[in-house]
Amino acid sequence: MTTPLPTGADARYADDGGSVISTRVDEMVNWLLNWGRSNSIWYLLFGLACCAIELMHTGGPRGDLERFGSAPRPSPRSSDLIIVAGTLTYKMAIRVRRLFDQMSEPRYVISMGSCSNCGGLFQYAYSVCKGVDQIIPVDVYVPGCPPRPEALLEGLLRIQDKIKGEKYLQRRYGVAV
Amino acid sequence: MLPKEVFEALQAEHGPDAVFDLHDDAAKDRDPWFQVAPAALVAVCEKLKTDPRFSIDYLECLTGVDYPAKAQIHVVYHLWSYSLLHRVVLKVALPRDEPKVATLSTVWSVANWHERECFDLLGVHFEGHPDLRRLLLPDDWEGYPLRKDYAEKADYHGIPTTRPNPLDLFQIGKAPAKA
Repeated sequence: MTTPLPTGADARYADDGGSVISTRVDEMVNWLLNWGRSNSIWYLLFGLACCAIELMHTGGPRGDLERFGSAPRPSPRSSDLIIVAGTLTYKMAIRVRRLFDQMSEPRYVISMGSCSNCGGLFQYAYSVCKGVDQIIPVDVYVPGCPPRPEALLEGLLRIQDKIKGEKYLQRRYGVAV
Repeated sequence: MLPKEVFEALQAEHGPDAVFDLHDDAAKDRDPWFQVAPAALVAVCEKLKTDPRFSIDYLECLTGVDYPAKAQIHVVYHLWSYSLLHRVVLKVALPRDEPKVATLSTVWSVANWHERECFDLLGVHFEGHPDLRRLLLPDDWEGYPLRKDYAEKADYHGIPTTRPNPLDLFQIGKAPAKA
């Protein structure tokens, strides 16, 4: 059984004896861009509930999120990552959607804690949104109630892995290659 | 002053139609309370505030309770006097289909937000309130969620209000269905 021929952007990497040089340049530039992007994930300074306390711990000296080049930003327009940390009410869900829309591509979402994963402890409340993935696409779910700082660091490293696997040069708007 | 003394003094002042139904059993009702007729509420509260025997200077808490079996909504006022250190609890029984009572924000201005919250969650209309809007829920929310017969909508602005159980979704722990 033969594997299907690569199509689209993948075809440029196919070992067909074609554009060897350009392929190497592409890979190198992609690697370089991803190396820079994954080590400078600026996250939106945004907390909703008790998970925000753990988020502050993670940013503090013990967790030290900044050793991975991740710094809090006050504006969604200069952020790469939004960490939805806490219980999301419907009233706030509309605002979270707006904040996410204001972030420029490429953008990543970490859903931190049970509440933003699925509504958590408060999922039977009339005012609580049953998971942030109902309004914005989530890249990494961090379980816990609340997660420890180490768990959030792990989530950030998974975002870094995801960025490192992308082919940023071949990226098109809204389509992850 | 003891709640019983406050009750008797108020009843002598306003009559048994306005102030009635004292519950003074400390074992059963941890805060002794009595009822006030909705029409007499503002007069009674003015009296409690201005009379030096009572000098109630603080509205501690304003709550609403829904009683569908009685077809009533009760508004509960916890009052406290910082100068005399005594507490008075009033209840006002309102018809459930049209709960309306005069505002107390003219007596204690803290009642403003308390009454907005009660309006928000139980739909009690406080007549004469300067700014009766929802306090906690979004302005376009439909219904009053702390009423016992409140039914959750299927969605809010396109956001579904239910989430499937992942155990059902992925058939975890169940035998695979035979094709």
